[in-house]
Parts: sequence; structure tokens; C-alpha cells
Amino acid sequence: MPSSSARIVITGVGLTAPNGDSLAEFRRNLLTGVAGIGRMEIRYMGPQLAGICRYDALRHQKKKEVRVGTRAGSISIYCAREALADSGVAWEAVPKDRVGIYVGITEHGNVETENEIYNISKFGYDTKFWSHYHNPRTVANNPAGEASLNLGVTGPAYTIGAACAAGNMGLIHAAQMLRLGEVDFAICGGVSESIHTFGIFAGFKSQNALATHDDPAKASRPFDLARNGIVISEGGCLYTVERLEDAQRRGAKIYAEIAGWHVNSDASDYVLPNPARQAECIRSALTRAHLSARDIHIVNTHATATPLGDIQECEAIRAVFGEGCPDTAINNTKSFIGHCMGAAGALELAGNLPSFDDLTVHPTINVDHLDPQCALPGLVLNQPRQLARVDTILNNSFGMLGINSTLIVRRFVP
Amino acid sequence: MTKDECKQVVLDIIADIAPDEDLTNVKPDVRLRDQLQLDSMDFLDIVMELRKRHGIEVPEADYQQLASLDSSAEYLTPKFIALGK
Repeated sequence: MPSSSARIVITGVGLTAPNGDSLAEFRRNLLTGVAGIGRMEIRYMGPQLAGICRYDALRHQKKKEVRVGTRAGSISIYCAREALADSGVAWEAVPKDRVGIYVGITEHGNVETENEIYNISKFGYDTKFWSHYHNPRTVANNPAGEASLNLGVTGPAYTIGAACAAGNMGLIHAAQMLRLGEVDFAICGGVSESIHTFGIFAGFKSQNALATHDDPAKASRPFDLARNGIVISEGGCLYTVERLEDAQRRGAKIYAEIAGWHVNSDASDYVLPNPARQAECIRSALTRAHLSARDIHIVNTHATATPLGDIQECEAIRAVFGEGCPDTAINNTKSFIGHCMGAAGALELAGNLPSFDDLTVHPTINVDHLDPQCALPGLVLNQPRQLARVDTILNNSFGMLGINSTLIVRRFVP
Repeated sequence: MTKDECKQVVLDIIADIAPDEDLTNVKPDVRLRDQLQLDSMDFLDIVMELRKRHGIEVPEADYQQLASLDSSAEYLTPKFIALGK
């Protein structure tokens, strides 16, 4: 029976981001300043800035699976299959009833509902033209359920709705379930299909929180003085996560050990972040990891490039890390890929994992004029930075309705 | 519309809803489910596409009429003709 303190490790990574469909490609682009933002036609709105993934869905799905399923389900399947391949696990021999699939999502069902309403609008809003696939496409567990069907996983497979904190939540939940002994192998992280719903674009636009820029590659610019909002992106990142003893028994490559985490809620506003609660979340994660702020070598920020949100996260980080953490580098991945919503936390962690090997921190790009209110010591701006050592990474992901998640991983040392 | 044309209508729909299937040798007198990977949701798709593309309604009680290409043609051809097609 596993213990509540069992060591949990990451053994595989599968991802699709707007600038890469594998960890190697993603990392290469993060180190060479290659963003992945373009424009796409959004129903009722015209061309909008968006981060679009270009993975080959048919690599792991039949055409019919793609047709019947959802984009989020397809992304889950791609990421899960890629993670399994990367993990080197002998998948055929893994007892499928002992596998858990935990997929963080910001939202699900908006895309499919909008599509059906648009569909019946072509038939005088007669609901007899409403698809019989609507319910299986829109149930909240869809992105995890499609992966379970594709993989033949008969263990628990469900999503975790946690707004834009969800990517971290998938990993956190997996670690919890592995420690509880609920499963022996987990596929976890987050996905998003949000660019296919006009509602999220229109909603952020009405909130004056949708980025605009003539150059798509420059559009997502957290911490820049001229930042003007979010670039909405799709994407996914799922990990294989195991108890250390199981990973070692099969001789797995170990990317990192999950060292600590915390999840809390602001309980203060629908959309405005709360720096005090964010700082509490970070501190509690450090406590669980038995680390102090000065022990953290990379902080990956959640900052989405909204004028106020970035300042508030910086306030939280400043409160925890202050001036006394000379070895802490701070970066942001959304400057390359926009906001991948439910996938954000998982993708942003993945983009930093290779730092354990190359001791390089990918930068925050598109900062032409640093906002003085975001001028954190340690910010890595526009060019990668080499560090003397990278033993720990702290990953922030925050979401609407005030949900905060912080995940800390450390270099694996037996 | 001839019965052969009607069979082609059904095959065109199946080609879209079951894009992985090879339809070159579908036997018209054999149940579609016995020779293709089609499930109950796929048959609902056929019904939906007949409605959308051709304005033809297939009541639930008549779904069994769509079991094979031959039976589909027998059942659907008069409906197409009634619509002037």
C-alpha cells in the first residue's frame, strides 16, 4: 500500500502547443524566440489572434474518431499517446484498470454547443437537426473519456474543471491519487480547445481583455508596458506520472519529482485576481515541498498580459520572493504561445523541464518596455539565461472565480 | 431517382460518416453492420443526413429498412420520387 508521502515522479511528456508538437520542438522554439501566434477566422467576429496547434490528429486516431469526437478529446488522445511513447512504458502489459486519466480543463462544451446552434440556424432552428452526438461531446468528462476509449483505459478517467489553474490541477490530482493507491499509473495534465468557441473571444473582448497587435508574434506580451490583453490559444500537455519505486523498477527516465503543491481560492471576485491569496498559495506549496523561496531556481509565471492581472501576480511573487532570492529566475511562457487555458499550466511546466538538463531558462519575449510595476528581480527578458544550477521549478497557474494552483517540481535525485 | 442512384446516395452518406471504411465492395444484399464498422449512432447519422441533405424523414419504426443497401433502396426510392427527385 503506497504511503501518503510516496515520492511521485514525471516519466513522460506528450504535448501540442501553438509552436511545437513535441517537447523537443517546443523547447527549441522557446530558446530561440519562436512564437506560435497567428490569426484565425472566428464565427461572427472575423479574423482574431489565436494560438493554433498543428499536430497530426490521424497519427493516433481514426478519421471517424476525429469526426465523432471533440477537438479537446483529440488533443487529449494525441498528448496521451505521445506521453506513453515518451515514457517507454510497456503499455500492453500495464493493467488498464489501474491507470487514471486526469485532464484539467478551463471549460468544455462551448465549442460543440455553439456548433449545434449554428447548425440548426441553417434549418430554421428546428431542433430535429440537433446532433445526437451533442451529449457525449459536451459532457464535462469528454476530453478524458475520449482518451480512455482510445487507450482502452478502464480505470478512472475524468476532467478537473479549474479554469486556467487546471493544467497544474491535473498533475496535482494524479499525485494525490497515486499516493492514495487509487491508481498505479497516471496520465495527467490539461487540454484546451477554446479557440474554436467564439464565446470566449467575445467574452474577453467585452471584458476589454483580448489582445490586439499588428504582428501576431508580438501580440502576447506579459509584463510589457503596452500589453493589452490575452491571446487565446488551444493546446494540450499530458504527462505520465508514477510512484518512484514503480518508475525505478522499470528503469524509466525521470524528468522530475513532484515536490509540492497547493490549491486555494480567492473568495473575493469573479475575475480579478487576489495577490494575497496567490502569495498564500505559493507559500503553502513551498511549505509542503520543505523549501524556502530562495531554494527556487525558476518561477514560471501565470501572467496573461492583462494590464491588471500581471501587476497583481507580480505583487504576489514580490511578497514571497522579495529581493532575497538572487538565484531565482522568473519567466513566462504565454509570451510565446498565448493563453492555452486548461493546458496552460501543464504546457508551461513542460517548457521549463529541460532546464534541469541544459541549465538554461527560456525568456519572456515581447518585452520592449518593461512595466515598472512588473520589474521583478530575476525576470528573464527576451533572451535565454544560463544558470549555475537548476534544481527546482515553481509553476503558477491561476484562474477565474479565484482558483490558484502552484506546483513545484525538483530535479530527481535518488 | 433509380434504385441504383438511391444506393449511391446512401453510400455517399456512409463515406462521410465512416471515412475509414473501404466502400468499394459493399454487397447490396448484406446487412451494412455485417460488413462495415457501423454502430447505432452511425445509423442515426444516416437518418440525420437523409433529413439534412434530402429532406427525407425516416421514423424510428422504419430504421430496420436501412439494414442493407438493397433494403434502403426499396424503402427510400419511393420517398425520393414522392419528393420529385
